[in-house]
Amino acid sequence: MIGFGLIKGLSVTLRNLFGPVFTIQYPDKRVGVFGLAKNKNLSVLSLLKSYPREFLFALVGMAKVEVRIEQFPRFRGNEFVWYDDRCTACASCAKYCPLGIIEIVTHASGENLQAGENYAIDKFDIDTGRCMFCGLCVEACPYDALHMGTDFERGNYHRAKLVLDKETLISQDKNPSSWFRPQFEEKEYNPWDSDLGDYKEAGRHEKPSYEKIKQNWVNKRKFNG
Amino acid sequence: MFEFIYNILDAIIDIFIKDMRYESYIITAVTGLIIAFAVINGVLGGVLVLIWGERRLLGRFQQRTGPNRWGPQGLLTSVADAVKVMFKEDIVPEEADHYIFNLAPLLLVIPVFIIFSVIPFGISLYAVDINVSVLFILAITSISGLSIICAAWASANRIAIFSALRSVAMLISYEIPVGLSLVGILLITESMSVMDIVIYQSIPFILIQPVAAIVFFLGSLAEINRTPFDLTEAESELAAGYQNDYSGMKWGLFYLGEFAAAIAAATVFSTLFLGGPNGPILPGLFWLTIKVIAVLFFIIWIRASWPRFRIDQVLNLAWKGLFELTLVNIVVTSIAVIIWTDLDSNRLLYIGLVNWIFAFPFVLLIFKLLKTKKYQSDINSSSYYPVGSDSPKFKKEIK
Repeated sequence: MIGFGLIKGLSVTLRNLFGPVFTIQYPDKRVGVFGLAKNKNLSVLSLLKSYPREFLFALVGMAKVEVRIEQFPRFRGNEFVWYDDRCTACASCAKYCPLGIIEIVTHASGENLQAGENYAIDKFDIDTGRCMFCGLCVEACPYDALHMGTDFERGNYHRAKLVLDKETLISQDKNPSSWFRPQFEEKEYNPWDSDLGDYKEAGRHEKPSYEKIKQNWVNKRKFNG
Repeated sequence: MFEFIYNILDAIIDIFIKDMRYESYIITAVTGLIIAFAVINGVLGGVLVLIWGERRLLGRFQQRTGPNRWGPQGLLTSVADAVKVMFKEDIVPEEADHYIFNLAPLLLVIPVFIIFSVIPFGISLYAVDINVSVLFILAITSISGLSIICAAWASANRIAIFSALRSVAMLISYEIPVGLSLVGILLITESMSVMDIVIYQSIPFILIQPVAAIVFFLGSLAEINRTPFDLTEAESELAAGYQNDYSGMKWGLFYLGEFAAAIAAATVFSTLFLGGPNGPILPGLFWLTIKVIAVLFFIIWIRASWPRFRIDQVLNLAWKGLFELTLVNIVVTSIAVIIWTDLDSNRLLYIGLVNWIFAFPFVLLIFKLLKTKKYQSDINSSSYYPVGSDSPKFKKEIK
């Protein structure tokens, strides 16, 4: 039938008109009265009582509602999570980095020699401004001290501010991504629900105690001899 | 409207100055200016809303949101755009013919506003009532072709010239079916005045002249360079067509002219075919606005749905399809008008019935003819293949 294709095309677009919108608005979206009431878990009338100003804005569709985009747990965000207590300053990450943007300066501390912690860290800088987030440093870390982060709102007007130094890495919120860290996925850990501040939870296994290491050493000798 | 404002001004002036010289001339001029100001600003406001509405609706048709950040529902987006366009640098190419280059945008915009002078916004709400206003509308709309070729020629740009040649070929082709499609209406109403046509429409003419309505609608789409006939600005082939070298407010005027032309086309269509300001209870301006919005919605809907024609397809449609349809329409309508000459209320019904009976077979026949193998073989046997079409020679080489 002639002209049927044209009507079919029109019907497809008409279905889109009344269908859902694919656009996700970020960082906030404009909502009407009902959207705002749903967002604040209030009925429309109580919204008018408690937030009259917002209600007026919502009447013309200008009320703002923050949008928090949930990423996948393996998402590689643009900061790194580094656990000071897990790091032995072996500089594997710095050696594996294809861009050479990790800078580590150490000196021999002479403490905890038996635990393998020979070095004290003076400087641990990651220049995220030049990072391509390949994650090779995270793969290289033998002690699970370095993790990919999950933050992505780190825009800046200065390149120098993109460099993550030791103090920042220690003090910042630690929400490591589960990228290349199967132990997080085993625990069903979600970076957007929980904060992983404790270094003991980040590793694949418990950090061995001095006694345990000594026992291992003795056992090895016994087997060989 | 004219007499109403004239009388008010006359009364006001009589209070302050008595025995003023050339009083009637001055009041006439001032009244004209007031009406022009009101109509032009109404259309400009309509354009701003239309730009917003089109972007918004296109977004929804394509499962996007469209502009919704600036102002309630993004309503001020087009205002921001207008301000931006005003502050942009105005560049004139070195080889351009400056006089014509500057004249072309005005030539596109001004005729569009002139059209609104003869359109009745209510049963007694019109600027002027000319007795040949249908002819006036047809004459004024064809000025846009001149503007396009002026713009292209003055900017000394081959892509612009291509676009303008296409556009003018299309405009000239579609003038004929558009003009002839109105002959049916003129035969029924026996008047060329838009006012008479509006008053005559106890039943909207789209129900009495379906073929004419389709042809007129498609033709007016072509004349305002809208999808599916927007070859003039085919972005993929011609960049922006004749607007290539324009920037700043001159480009803004082209943009304004296009959208104002869309409003004008919708208004003319709803006046001639949808009954214009006729409607129950509420004032005429309300009904006209509703009808114009409905037609504009349909135009935007078409833009979101249908692909663009090739230039040969467009001209084929005009000369082999719509032209014949209008001729058939004229013959059928004139026979019906001769048979039912007396002006009783059933006359329109009979004429409409005859038109509907003849509409379907002829529309189907002519569009079947357009699709025939003969047309296909014409293309296959010729040595010229339009860009983008599948050439049989090319296929053979692959085998």
